[in-house]
Amino acid sequence: MTRMYNGKFGLWLFLTSEVMLFGALFSTYVLLRVGAPPGTWPMYGLTAPQGDQILSVPLATVNTVFLITSSVTMVMAWASLKMNEFAKGRIYLLVTFLLAGGFLVIKYFEYKSKLTHHQVILREAPPGEIASAISSVEVPGAVGKSTLYYVNGHVTEQNDEFIKIIPDAKAGEKAAAAGDGHGHEVKIDQTLVRRSTVWGPQASTYLAIYFTMTGLHGLHVIGGMIVILYLYLTAAGWWKRMPEKLVNRVECTGLYWHFVDLVWIFLFPVLYLL
Amino acid sequence: MAHTHAAHAQDHSHDHGNEHEHHLPFWRKYIFSVDHKVIGVQYTVTALVFLFIGFSLMMIMRYQLAYPGSPIPVIGQFLGEPIVGKTADGGYVMTGDGYNMFGAMHGTIMVFLGIVPLAVGGFGNFVLPLQIGAPDMAFPRLNMASYWVFLPGGLLMLASFFMTGGAAASGWTMYPPLAVTAANGETMWLLAMVLLITSSLLGSINFIVTTVQLRVPGLSFFRLPFFTWTQLVTAFLLLLAFPPLEAAAVMQLMDRVFDSSFFMPSGLVVSGVMQDQLAGGGSPLLWQHLFWFLAHPEVYVLILPALGIVGDIVANNTRKPLWGYRALVHAVLFVGFMSFIVWAHHMFMTGMGTTISTFFQATTMIISVPSVIILTCLLISLWGASIRFTVPMHFALAFIPMFGIGGLTGLPLGLTAADIHLHDTYYVIGHFHYVVAPGTIFAMFAGIYFWFPKVTGRKMNDLLGKIHFWPSFIAINGVFMPMLFMGMAGVLRRQFDQTEQLHGATVHGLTLMSSWSAWLLGVAQIPFIINFFWSIFAGKKVGENPWEATTLEWSAPSPPPHGNFAGTPVVVCGPYEYSVPGHERDYLMQAGKMEA
Amino acid sequence: MGSSAEEIRSHVKVYLMIFAALLVLTLVTVGVSFLNVSIPMAIAIALVVAGIKGSLVACYFMHLISERGFVFWVLGICVVFFFALMFLPLITTHNHPLSIFIESVSGQRIGS
Repeated sequence: MTRMYNGKFGLWLFLTSEVMLFGALFSTYVLLRVGAPPGTWPMYGLTAPQGDQILSVPLATVNTVFLITSSVTMVMAWASLKMNEFAKGRIYLLVTFLLAGGFLVIKYFEYKSKLTHHQVILREAPPGEIASAISSVEVPGAVGKSTLYYVNGHVTEQNDEFIKIIPDAKAGEKAAAAGDGHGHEVKIDQTLVRRSTVWGPQASTYLAIYFTMTGLHGLHVIGGMIVILYLYLTAAGWWKRMPEKLVNRVECTGLYWHFVDLVWIFLFPVLYLL
Repeated sequence: MAHTHAAHAQDHSHDHGNEHEHHLPFWRKYIFSVDHKVIGVQYTVTALVFLFIGFSLMMIMRYQLAYPGSPIPVIGQFLGEPIVGKTADGGYVMTGDGYNMFGAMHGTIMVFLGIVPLAVGGFGNFVLPLQIGAPDMAFPRLNMASYWVFLPGGLLMLASFFMTGGAAASGWTMYPPLAVTAANGETMWLLAMVLLITSSLLGSINFIVTTVQLRVPGLSFFRLPFFTWTQLVTAFLLLLAFPPLEAAAVMQLMDRVFDSSFFMPSGLVVSGVMQDQLAGGGSPLLWQHLFWFLAHPEVYVLILPALGIVGDIVANNTRKPLWGYRALVHAVLFVGFMSFIVWAHHMFMTGMGTTISTFFQATTMIISVPSVIILTCLLISLWGASIRFTVPMHFALAFIPMFGIGGLTGLPLGLTAADIHLHDTYYVIGHFHYVVAPGTIFAMFAGIYFWFPKVTGRKMNDLLGKIHFWPSFIAINGVFMPMLFMGMAGVLRRQFDQTEQLHGATVHGLTLMSSWSAWLLGVAQIPFIINFFWSIFAGKKVGENPWEATTLEWSAPSPPPHGNFAGTPVVVCGPYEYSVPGHERDYLMQAGKMEA
Repeated sequence: MGSSAEEIRSHVKVYLMIFAALLVLTLVTVGVSFLNVSIPMAIAIALVVAGIKGSLVACYFMHLISERGFVFWVLGICVVFFFALMFLPLITTHNHPLSIFIESVSGQRIGS
């Protein structure tokens, strides 16, 4: 009826549940974006599409190429084993593993740059001396519109009394001022601060769904890597005793891996380009 | 040890190198067993304990409801803060927080730790492979993993009672922003749910692959017992409906732990304090969508195995085939499909657009049709029957009108106009408890009495069974019938003192009736508990087929050995060949012959 | 499952062609994002291109194009529920289902 061996059928069923899992997250993305008060998506003061404002499109493009290539090497691993070319198959498994590792390395740098970037939101209009560094945006408030004062940048020092932040260049401004795209360091009194966070899930719903989706995807990449490594290390033993079983296991792992690639194919444009 | 001839079972056969099962050490034979029968028993025993705990929570809550503000006798002193507070004269009175905690955990424990593990993990695991003639599940080790992820999940859920802040207290529905901001055990609840959902996922994959791939020769899909069909559809519901809740649980965890704003709207004020440390922009309704996307199919997960059990028992004790077998099968398939597109009938009062509300009202009305078809087939099966009033049949017969009441009382709730009045009242509680308590749980009892001889080789005592049945049946109606009327009178759910409002005080007599019936119901379970344990050791010994039933499990020894069947059963007929003209005996075994 | 070595070798050629197609489509995805189109249009294009890429991966790398039988039913039902989960909650925030795509169809938003 299915014309498949048990493991393969089981894995396809597992993948359907994964479709529903990531589907829920995509649905969340849609609802959060449609429901975001104007001026708050993807973050206060930024507008969609986020382009390179928050995330790096070039890095993500490289990641996309890594994953697509790893999908090819994965299916080549299975094909090689099916054609009795054991050594080649094993090498393809290794290359898949390394490409996945490369994906994670880039992911690490992406996350790191977000989690060391800050946003400070003020309670009220800033005093004169720091006003030039602070941006503002109109957002819907409890009664009509209100103005939100914020600054994005890198925090150099933070304690109970003040926050010292080097602001990012404001939208439209040339990067000339400090030569590297940032303004001079600005000191903000904590009494003025409503909220100060890193560019993590707590900073905006966009970043929240970004971290959740890419984080969950990343966990799936790690899971896949563990299985691929296990296959790579134990392949010789299986090839001697039960080669057909090894081929089937590689095929099933491949199915999972292609799915991981598939999710990224949708994640990439949705999170980075739209 | 049977080498199955089914074409797709290659993967596991060599792993059973340890076929001489008596050489396995105790911990591998009974604790970390891969045998579906052992795992089924593990699930059953664990689930029964959890059901007992969940029921006990309710019996305590019912004291507060019956006598609001009264110190809880005997048990009060053991409950501790924040569940009870000490009054001036030394009595222990239930607090609002404690009531909410018990209420949230009662629902959670009964649904996720009690009924589903029993109906699916217990009955499904034990009976399904036998009913299709298989030696075990398709993935025995995955099966074991499924149980051993379920148990820590369940224990984690219970452990939350003993942590700072106590257990979750925001309802089993865990709606944000309350569930996100509450200082109780919601985080623990969410973590436990992740484990439970994972366990369910592993199990459902196993059930589907097993049913599709491991059927013995001759067992086509339309010769499957009704129980197997319901388990198959249930497995699909679990497979596809749970993941969105898992995603939502992760997101709520992030809201609680990392202060994200998935479900936290802008401008939220909690206890007079503006929550401007949060990003805002989130949607509490998002949680409701994701939660109910699971929770509606979940209620069909609760009822389908029960329908399957009742179907098998009705056929057996009427000595006739089930009436309308094909209609039954198509009806459960249709119910399974529809259950995914009715969920927002739980959200009629959230201000959704009128067109989409009408859509969900329509699908909800439509889904009642196959449910009625199923119940009608079961009812018509009784027509012209020679009914044997065995103990399982008592419970199966009671199920039919009880599920009828439960199902019919759902209809006003599915109509948007009527729901305006009935939403979040005791009417809802009466409705769903009728389906699950005298519905599913009675079917569970029926199944236990029915399959106990197959599991243990001994029959449960009939007299004790009847003593269990009659008071339970009367008491359970005494608990839930009043609720339907209280709900229509406007009494809201989740209130720890209904008498604070006039309409609640006016119908307080009904609350008292519910409470006393609930305590009576508790007492009525004692004969069952005694019977259960006594019969394991001293019940009347029986052979393969004490009920003179037809399906494949009754062709195996009682209890079946590792590998289940002496050879490979070959199926020659349908599952309910009772009273076939021209045959001396009034039943024909589905397993026509046993191949070596 | 008894594909011969020759059959697999011909599949390998296909895999490499699909690889090339996927790389090209990735460049298309990024390139299109620089065009100045309205947001609904951008969403539509992105999803169509991603859909094509995904279909290639599913059909050829995951061998769906050569599968038969029951699996298609299971996947089909999964796709139906996926779309239900994507669109139905969104529709609840509007008075009229079509207004999620077309602003002018009594498109009053209700708020989340």
